Amino acid sequence: MRELEGLTIKEAHQGLLKKEFSALELCKTYLYEIEREDKKISAFLTITEDLAISQAKEVDEMISQGREIPDLAGIPGAIKDNILVEDVKCTAGSKILENYLAPYDATVIKKLKDQKAVILGKTNLDEFAMGSSTENSAFFPTKNPLDLKRVPGGSSGGPAAAVAANECFYALGSDTGGSVRQPASFCGLVGLKPTYGAVSRYGLIAFASSLDQIGPITKTVEDAKTVFEAIKGKDPLDSTSLESKIENCKLKIENLRIGVPKEYFIKGLDPEVENVIKKAIKKYEELGAEIVEIRLPHAEYALPCYYIIAPSEASANLARYDGIKYGYSEAKSEKRKAKNLLDVYLYSREEGFGDEVRRRIMLGTYALSAGYYEAYYLRAQKVRTKILEDFTQAFKEVEAIFTPTSPTPAFKIGEKIDDPLKMYLSDIFSVSVNLAGLPALSIPCGFVSVVNSQGSKANLPVGLQIIGKPFEEEKILAIGEIFKKTYDRARA
Amino acid sequence: MISKKEVEHIAKLARLGLTEKEISKYQKELSVILDYIEKLKEVDISGVEPTSHSILLEDVMREDRERPKTKDQKPKRLIEMGPETKNNYLKVKSVF
Repeated sequence: MRELEGLTIKEAHQGLLKKEFSALELCKTYLYEIEREDKKISAFLTITEDLAISQAKEVDEMISQGREIPDLAGIPGAIKDNILVEDVKCTAGSKILENYLAPYDATVIKKLKDQKAVILGKTNLDEFAMGSSTENSAFFPTKNPLDLKRVPGGSSGGPAAAVAANECFYALGSDTGGSVRQPASFCGLVGLKPTYGAVSRYGLIAFASSLDQIGPITKTVEDAKTVFEAIKGKDPLDSTSLESKIENCKLKIENLRIGVPKEYFIKGLDPEVENVIKKAIKKYEELGAEIVEIRLPHAEYALPCYYIIAPSEASANLARYDGIKYGYSEAKSEKRKAKNLLDVYLYSREEGFGDEVRRRIMLGTYALSAGYYEAYYLRAQKVRTKILEDFTQAFKEVEAIFTPTSPTPAFKIGEKIDDPLKMYLSDIFSVSVNLAGLPALSIPCGFVSVVNSQGSKANLPVGLQIIGKPFEEEKILAIGEIFKKTYDRARA
Repeated sequence: MISKKEVEHIAKLARLGLTEKEISKYQKELSVILDYIEKLKEVDISGVEPTSHSILLEDVMREDRERPKTKDQKPKRLIEMGPETKNNYLKVKSVF
């Protein structure tokens, strides 16, 4: 039998069709990998073994009957624990939802189940997806499989670590300010944040509703495309979802104009990362693309703008966790003895929410409160318009924009956790994409060498961010694929 | 720097219980973040319209018709998620 770990989705699909292995064998191999590997990595919060095995058996049944199977049928994947899978615990990485059983499937899960995909379990995240390192999980931090002393990124650190450790083929994450792209970059993987509205958010636990999108984390660009195609589309249950009208793209690298914004190559960008990114850009130039220096004059305001808008929306979205309807409650607790309704709210939310979540709820509440609304929230919304206009202007000249995904490679566990602002700055290159609602892909484009915990040299991956026009996922995926092909050829 | 009183006021608006120690912690941390956000004042926003969503959405309508009833126990399950229930209602503590 072939080595089953480390296959891509396409390879595994072919293997299933040719009956080189069964879906059940594939599923059990990965469940075994999780059992073996996850003690070190801590990517999973819940393992859905029974569900996975029954799904795999169904696929084997289909194959034995000679029926056609979809691309994701029988392929084991993992789901970030803020996306609802019916009858499976969904914690959002928070104590307040520690025992919450999802009453229904998210639309993306329904679509995966329709494809007969195999769901291995739910993976770790920063509480309510707020963070850049997965250290804010109420349960435990996840480690980067490439260096266990480092973070896998966040907030989709669990999904990224699980894919990087070969515990699954792909994972679904959510991206509000970089939470799919940055962990993909830190773990040497491909991460796609689709256009706002391209994928239904029904059944995704809301963080900031005007920014949130679900996206895949995979080993290859081709796999990202397969998963994206399985989950995208308009959904009557999410009125912000849209059907893309953009048709198949025929990409010719000789006709490709790529914009490189000056504002992203600034102080704070690790010089080694800068080097790797510039080499990747050069590669595209050698292949025939035209590289154009562009301006995004409001780039430096994206992060402060984001840290008004995201917490404001979060403070409203998280008001639903009140200790009354579901989730953690102090209503009957002997410890605090709540006397009235206000006590139930105050105590439940004090005990249930972690540090970062409370910090952002307060920040958002402040920005929306009487006397500050115009100075903060309304101002931020106007700056958002300027950021959006910058992109619209730039996309008149170029078809894609290249930037680093993150200013640094994976940082050490504990390095930024005590300094909230320092942690926020790790999102500096990714948040503008969410504010503008654009699709963006992070692909691994090289390595920087660092001294690891044992004192020897180690290589950490660097992600190149490819930003596209609204609903042009297919184009940025095709652009990413070009790099991978030449990169593989160079390595072979 | 925001005052302790402001932190207490925001926490109350947000229905978040805080200990004395946490109040001073958040006072410091929120002040640092708010100072950073001051940067937005550099942008000339005169005559600029605010953006709430990046994509242009018209009012989204659907046909007004009855949806098929769920056969399963979903409504019952949703009620049962509450910490205190009575006669198919969620029970809450008195306001005062």
